[in-house]
Amino acid sequence: MSLTRQEVEKIAHLARLSISEQEMPIYVSSLSSIVDFVAELARADTGNVAPMAHPLVGLHQRLRGDVVTETDQHERYQANAPSVQAALYVVPRVIE
Amino acid sequence: MLHTLSIGALSDLLGRREVSSVELTRHFLARIERHDAALNSLITTTADQALAAAADADRRLQRGETGPLLGIPLIHKDIFCTEGVRTSCGSRMLDNFVAPYDATVVERLRSAGGVMLGKANMDEFAMGSSNETSYYGPVKNPWDISKVPGGSSGGSAAATAARLAPYATGTDTGGSIRQPAALTGITGIKPTYGRVSRYGIVAFASSLDQAGVFARSAADAATVLQAMAGFDPRDSTSVDVPVPDYAASLAQPLKGLKIGLLAEFFDGLEARNVALIEAALAVYRSLGAETVDVSLPHLPLSVPTYYVVAPAECSSNLSRFDGVRFGYRCADPKDLMDLYKRSRGEGFGPEVKRRIMTGTYVLSAGYFDAYYLKAQKARQLITDEFRAAFTQVDLLLGPTTPTPAFAIGAKVDDPITMYLNDIYTIGANLAGLPGLSMPCGSIDGLPMGLQLIGPHFAEARVLNAAHQYQLATDWHLQTPRGYE
Amino acid sequence: MADWEIVIGLEIHAQLATRSKIFSGAATAYGAPPNSQASLVDLAYPGVLPVLNAEAVRMAVKFGLSVGAKVAERSIFARKNYFYPDLPKGYQISQYEHPVVQQGSLAIVLDDGTVKTVGITRAHLEEDAGKSLHEGLAHASGIDLNRAGTPLLEIVSEPDMRSAKEAVAYMKKVHTLVRYLEICDGNMQEGSFRCDANVSVRPRGQAKFGTRAEIKNLNSFRFVEKAIQYEVARQIEIIESGGKVVQETRLYDADKHETRSMRSKEEANDYRYFPDPDLLPLEIDAGFIAEVRSTLPELPDEKAARFATQFGLSPYDAGVLSASRELGAYFEAVVAAVGAANAKLAANWVMGELSSALNRDGVEIGASRVAPSALAGLLARILDNTISGKIAKEVFESLWTDGSDADAIIAAKGLKQITDSGAIEAIIDEIIAANPKQLADYRSGNDKLFRFFVGQVQKATQGKANPAQVNDLLKQKLS
Repeated sequence: MSLTRQEVEKIAHLARLSISEQEMPIYVSSLSSIVDFVAELARADTGNVAPMAHPLVGLHQRLRGDVVTETDQHERYQANAPSVQAALYVVPRVIE
Repeated sequence: MLHTLSIGALSDLLGRREVSSVELTRHFLARIERHDAALNSLITTTADQALAAAADADRRLQRGETGPLLGIPLIHKDIFCTEGVRTSCGSRMLDNFVAPYDATVVERLRSAGGVMLGKANMDEFAMGSSNETSYYGPVKNPWDISKVPGGSSGGSAAATAARLAPYATGTDTGGSIRQPAALTGITGIKPTYGRVSRYGIVAFASSLDQAGVFARSAADAATVLQAMAGFDPRDSTSVDVPVPDYAASLAQPLKGLKIGLLAEFFDGLEARNVALIEAALAVYRSLGAETVDVSLPHLPLSVPTYYVVAPAECSSNLSRFDGVRFGYRCADPKDLMDLYKRSRGEGFGPEVKRRIMTGTYVLSAGYFDAYYLKAQKARQLITDEFRAAFTQVDLLLGPTTPTPAFAIGAKVDDPITMYLNDIYTIGANLAGLPGLSMPCGSIDGLPMGLQLIGPHFAEARVLNAAHQYQLATDWHLQTPRGYE
Repeated sequence: MADWEIVIGLEIHAQLATRSKIFSGAATAYGAPPNSQASLVDLAYPGVLPVLNAEAVRMAVKFGLSVGAKVAERSIFARKNYFYPDLPKGYQISQYEHPVVQQGSLAIVLDDGTVKTVGITRAHLEEDAGKSLHEGLAHASGIDLNRAGTPLLEIVSEPDMRSAKEAVAYMKKVHTLVRYLEICDGNMQEGSFRCDANVSVRPRGQAKFGTRAEIKNLNSFRFVEKAIQYEVARQIEIIESGGKVVQETRLYDADKHETRSMRSKEEANDYRYFPDPDLLPLEIDAGFIAEVRSTLPELPDEKAARFATQFGLSPYDAGVLSASRELGAYFEAVVAAVGAANAKLAANWVMGELSSALNRDGVEIGASRVAPSALAGLLARILDNTISGKIAKEVFESLWTDGSDADAIIAAKGLKQITDSGAIEAIIDEIIAANPKQLADYRSGNDKLFRFFVGQVQKATQGKANPAQVNDLLKQKLS
């Protein structure tokens, strides 16, 4: 069951990816074949097994002590930022 | 010749002050200068830093300090964050990204005295099996420069195979160390998931990624893995299990070793590939090992399973690349949506975009159960079957790749054909098992690899079995023509 | 005109008062210079990984235990995927199918004194996003990620509330509770305690819920009440004129006193939740829960009940005095000094003069200018008749502005009550003699003039004459 162009556009939008007019058919085609390929999975019988969350069995999340370990490094971190003003990262206006 | 020596031999020379780290470093830098234009295995060469680090290592050596990696040059796959040095992940998205910190692996090798020569080329964001998706152009296989070296760690593999460095780091998510190791005739190991810290490795698929090493022998790989492995509190998936002495167990005899042969691996395997494996089995039997036939009935689901789970995780991991805080930003974004779409659309290459979209699709409402959840169930089944097999055998043995290195450009048009390259390697990633590939012969003049897979945290046994094979054979000593 | 039933559920985001962030070691202090508290993890740099803050877990468990909820033995962190500049990873680490705190409940007291139980569906841990600032940037926004990664406890109520007032009572109760537990400072201006309200209406008797609208980021009790009232009226109006309520997210405009559409929830992203592979399942065992339980303070309801029985206070007074731990502690310190028998007097003064002074000067009880011992000292002088209640207010004002103690002020200002009957009589005689007309009027039936004479006596004695004695003696002399 191949993907339609509309579906691919919707996915591209959700993923915030611009796809040009010329490229679109190629993506529709390759994504369709990938989806068809993995659809084999949907047909397979996996019985009642629980989905795997992690390859590490029987382990649980370690907890970290509530200590401040980081210092103000914003100048260093912002050295490569595309656009910074008054230590703020600048983006086109965010409309609520 | 310095570049033909093992890490152990180099360490001896350095220890006896017969060669200095600076000399060694210059030697390899000269080789890079001479050979890498043809191979394109490096994205960044860090000559000045390397010489400074080498001088530092020499001072440590002079003070009487010892260490198996002290003063020895290496190359890092460009997926490891290296402070002050560009870390591009083979992508336009990070072409201008200078990492502000070192990955744990980088830190550990640096404190062990490793001298970084540069950052290796790779498939973009580790997505690929041929190193053809890199923004910086494809890497060539030193055995035949019209052929791919494999991927995604193609640069690390090619550089090691061409003797441009004694060893190189890589990462393996679906086979990205083992497969290129096989195609370039070197040894590559992917440890157990959680054995080596992922902190500082640009994430592709978080539950599958593992850092490992390329070297020219299992013994060398053992030395490097020793320094890389171990618990890291900065990585919640890092396991707090002691690291055994890998070198110490290399010499263990293989008498009584039970080697499992997976029916699913040999099903449809090309005759010449089968012959190479049979030859390797003969060596193992002569060393005292026995073989057992085993089967993992759900293993054929591993490729589709992987191509649901890995894209799902990467679609989320790569959302941070948005042109806001670092990396590529499109010119003159007209609004926020434009900033996101064009920065990402222009910054990422087609394979990355394909995988992000596949991942977005399988996680989306209405498809989550049929794809993602199903894939995680299949993954559990595959893992359970591996575990059951390991109650009967100590190691599994099989091919690493279906064919030798293919021509550059041969498979770029159809993603599925490319994905099927990973058919033998993916299982170990899904189950988090350690896997190693080493040279076992050639087909059409190109190297072929033999794969060993062990149970969780059995790196010592895997390396031991590989080392014993390499004592009895000399495939791993062969060098591509022109790189001797 | 149909009889409408209002259905409200609240989602409260309480910022947990940890020192460092939920997944990184950056500081969480409010008001720091932009991006000075944003570590590589908070900035979502390539290669970084989250590690969970133990204190955030402890605080979540504390909350769960105090609302009688089940604490999950195993809970999972999930990624909520969407793109927004204040969300650096492009996903928020939250909890989805398996939250750390499950079903619980909270009792609220309504205006008429009735008690209602509001169900709490769940509470889960997640990380806060950064902030977008717009001032001074033409056609652009500036992103400050200091707040990104601050731990939040999202508390979701059942849709059990049936009026704006009930919603406010519930919100206040949760606010009091989280401050009691010292897991959140409850500072709504600084954004540490935020509320989203899900509001819908349905014809009374209908089982099915109506379409709801979500009103976001209500950061004061007043706004919650007003926003809900506006929204209910808006929805009823739409339905009664034949329209349909759209399921959407709305913002409350405090200046215009109305809610306006923010973005349709349909358009809102498909969040593509999946378990975060960078984090392992959070396991909490019985031992940990028991240990946290042992550190729980006396909870507000427990304290109010105890005040009522131990000190004979009305439920209302007990409720007011237990609204914060500090206030309760202050009250108890005063009672300890003046004796349980005088608890009502203490209660009146704490809820009265003291609270007025605190409010007037914008001071928290912890910074009260009159310590419990000083207030107790003042009350003692009322109890032993040294001063009247009225004069005591004057003394209190001095205590508040100048410090010192009641005795010193009484002495310095000569405020001792006049209790010498002879002296009072003498003064009364003078006043009666000076006001023959009023005397005559009073004696001919104008009872209201009694107040006049009382006033005159107090004026002549600078208010120091014992009121009871003045009353008695005046009655005698005027008749």
